[in-house]
Amino acid sequence: MGNEILSTVNWSRAQFAMTAMYHWIFVPLTLGLSFLIAFFESIYVKTGDESWKKLTKFWMTLFGINFAIGVATGIIMEFQFGTNWSNYSWMVGDIFGAPLAVEGIFAFFLEATFFAVMFFGWERATKGFHLFSTWMVAFGSNLSAVWILVANGWMQNPTAMAFNPDKARFEMQNFFDVALSPTAVQKFTHTTGSAFLLSSLFVMGISGLFLLQKRHQLLAQRSMVVAAVLGLISSVFVAFNGDESAFHIAHRQPMKLAAMEGLYDGQEKAPIVLMGIINANKKPGDNLPAFHQEVKVPGMLSLLANRDFGSFVPGVNDLVYGNPERKIVGAQQRIASGKIAVAELTRYKNAKKSGDEVGAAQALALFNQHKDNLGYGYLNDPAEAVPPVALTFYAFHIMIALGSLFPIIFIAVLWFAYRGTLASHRWLSWVCFACLFLGYVASQAGWVVAEVGRQPWAIQGLLPVGVAGTAIAAASVKTTFFIFLTLFTALLIAEIGIMVKQIKIGPEA
Amino acid sequence: MMASPRQLFEFYRQGFRSMVLGRTLWKIVALKLFLMFAVLKLLFFSNFLEKNFHSDAERSAHVLDNLTKAVPR
Repeated sequence: MGNEILSTVNWSRAQFAMTAMYHWIFVPLTLGLSFLIAFFESIYVKTGDESWKKLTKFWMTLFGINFAIGVATGIIMEFQFGTNWSNYSWMVGDIFGAPLAVEGIFAFFLEATFFAVMFFGWERATKGFHLFSTWMVAFGSNLSAVWILVANGWMQNPTAMAFNPDKARFEMQNFFDVALSPTAVQKFTHTTGSAFLLSSLFVMGISGLFLLQKRHQLLAQRSMVVAAVLGLISSVFVAFNGDESAFHIAHRQPMKLAAMEGLYDGQEKAPIVLMGIINANKKPGDNLPAFHQEVKVPGMLSLLANRDFGSFVPGVNDLVYGNPERKIVGAQQRIASGKIAVAELTRYKNAKKSGDEVGAAQALALFNQHKDNLGYGYLNDPAEAVPPVALTFYAFHIMIALGSLFPIIFIAVLWFAYRGTLASHRWLSWVCFACLFLGYVASQAGWVVAEVGRQPWAIQGLLPVGVAGTAIAAASVKTTFFIFLTLFTALLIAEIGIMVKQIKIGPEA
Repeated sequence: MMASPRQLFEFYRQGFRSMVLGRTLWKIVALKLFLMFAVLKLLFFSNFLEKNFHSDAERSAHVLDNLTKAVPR
């Protein structure tokens, strides 16, 4: 029975991860390219140069293709909430209901209204209103992202809520505290910043291809310059914002940070690992080395985590077994507390059923003393509180490595554009084309860090994924996994095919 | 000056009629939405709690039972 449940949970996780990653292929291009198009059209309106209009329409076509193929791919995940994650969806319904309702009502209708003007209104609307509509599509697209990221931010750092033991639900205490929590704000700003970066690489990649093929060279160079400017600004923003994110992760999800850096034993002047090969056999509490090879910079992790070069950063072992000297409560202790919470919740439930109000009040009082560790009560081994370290580590370092490369490319494009020699450096065009794909790798790696790094939690500290799922047959989840895999792969092939065709046609279409 | 409902209707009608690539994209969107809502949602993705329980009280009791079963991971 236990193995069947685990199999269902793991297939459900795989399905959600797969659909989320496919969804995230389409979304960042919508978020970022919408703003690039708005910039392009603004230049057209300012200059009156019809070649900028042609340029805008070309990128708008690619935007439209990506939007049409990607639209509603996110709804699949809502289906999964109701079928595969029924415990979780019930428990968070009060928290997620408001943000997702606002997303649907406000952002979608704003986007859909101005969408029509953007695509149909070139000859029917005034220049000013058309430009306004294009900007509204950009803002509307990004506003859509706010609410789902608020929801995800709450999963990582549950705040401004109270658990109702009668309804088995987390109930929102303050909408604005949820919407404006530091985690939610960082999630939104880092995610949208990375989307702008990816979109800039997309535009530069296709423009690089045009330069290599010696086609539409003026369009390509102009597009590259604007994209490089947005890309460079986004790179700097994402770097600073990423630093802020890491600071908050260090304090709210310290196990995630430890996994990101492969840090098992906490230390002062904790080093950042620039690169390394994780020891896959390493387990919490053993004496094996964490790395086979690594290149470290002392003190930098302490600086990142605490803004103090000499400060102590806890490692996996501190967080699993505790460190009284550093006043760190480990998963071991939290499990003991959590099991009391689960036991008292059970006692409360049974007391209410039998009408024993005194017993229920006693159980509730004890439950409230331990409720912050409720999720740990469902773990049996403190090592279960550790996310997959290798995957989190490599995803984080891939993201950082690529994120460090991209601004160099943007600067190179701007430098050679300034020198007037952009078209003659074929090596740079090849690099730009390659970075189109690397941008997607970095983008996906970031989400792997965020979501794999928070395991085993569906809601940090309060609900592990093993309890969040529905008790349904693994076979049905496996079936729908492969149905989705087929459907999304078909959509991706369709998108790539239609885009390649439009790129071949170019702005003359 | 606000467009009249008729002008708005004409705007959308002419816009849709003049689509070229857009027709293909709309066909993909329509097919995708049909597959998602008429096939996947109906056949594979019923809401477990909506389907198996008739009130919020029953749903919360079910979830509470799951939370208090102390399921080993």
